[in-house]
Amino acid sequence: MKFESNLRRAQGLGSAKSGLHHWIGQRITAIALIPLGVWFVGAFIVLFPASFEIAYTWFSSPWNVTLAIFFIVVLFYHGYLGLQTILEDYISHELIRGSLILTTKLLSGLLALLAIVSIIKIFLN
Amino acid sequence: MIPSVKEKRPLSPHLQVYKIQITSLLSIMHRGTGIALYGGSILWVLWFLALAAGPQSYSKLQYFLLSPFGLIILICWSFSFFYHLCNGIRHLLWDAGIGYEMTMVRLTGWIVIVTSCLLTTMAWILGILCKRIWL
Repeated sequence: MKFESNLRRAQGLGSAKSGLHHWIGQRITAIALIPLGVWFVGAFIVLFPASFEIAYTWFSSPWNVTLAIFFIVVLFYHGYLGLQTILEDYISHELIRGSLILTTKLLSGLLALLAIVSIIKIFLN
Repeated sequence: MIPSVKEKRPLSPHLQVYKIQITSLLSIMHRGTGIALYGGSILWVLWFLALAAGPQSYSKLQYFLLSPFGLIILICWSFSFFYHLCNGIRHLLWDAGIGYEMTMVRLTGWIVIVTSCLLTTMAWILGILCKRIWL
């Protein structure tokens, strides 16, 4: 599915040459996070005060695990895009800004992978 | 341009020169809660890691989060989530071209504040009920 109109493609890319991808990505992940976020926060509220065994059993369902991994991917992508916007707005020093954005990007990837590997480990055990 | 001049130029959201209004306050809070939620997501990663590591590390994390300091973090985190959710829906409606009149902007702003407080309270009632059922 294309989210750009044909007119926009024909008229060229504008002064920044990019940015629409970022804007659309943030909105799509935001929409996805409404049901996913409510679902996972609900599950977390119910599971968190419970025992280790009850929380562990929850992760034995393929549906829960798939949705949890999907949630984590969308969550960290959305979080990275949001932090990038804030850093671009408030950090004026180019080198510091660039380094912080790069750090955020790599950290988001690392955290998401760490979460996914842990979830899969719980699922397989 | 000379780098020193370029670095001294003010950046677009001039937070310091405007009087705080409900519109600007909610906008700043959206970013603030967004940053807080990124921190909260790290706690979720720790939750998965603790579960994967076994019952001992899981009870350590549970002990930390149910301590007074942990509960303050959880309360701030849950409010941030519900606020960012409600205000995010408000932003998505604006993206769709809905609700730009100033009266509507202020009204939806107040709806966001009241709804996020209500949802946070409901979540904690659910949490406390679950704790009672499990124990």
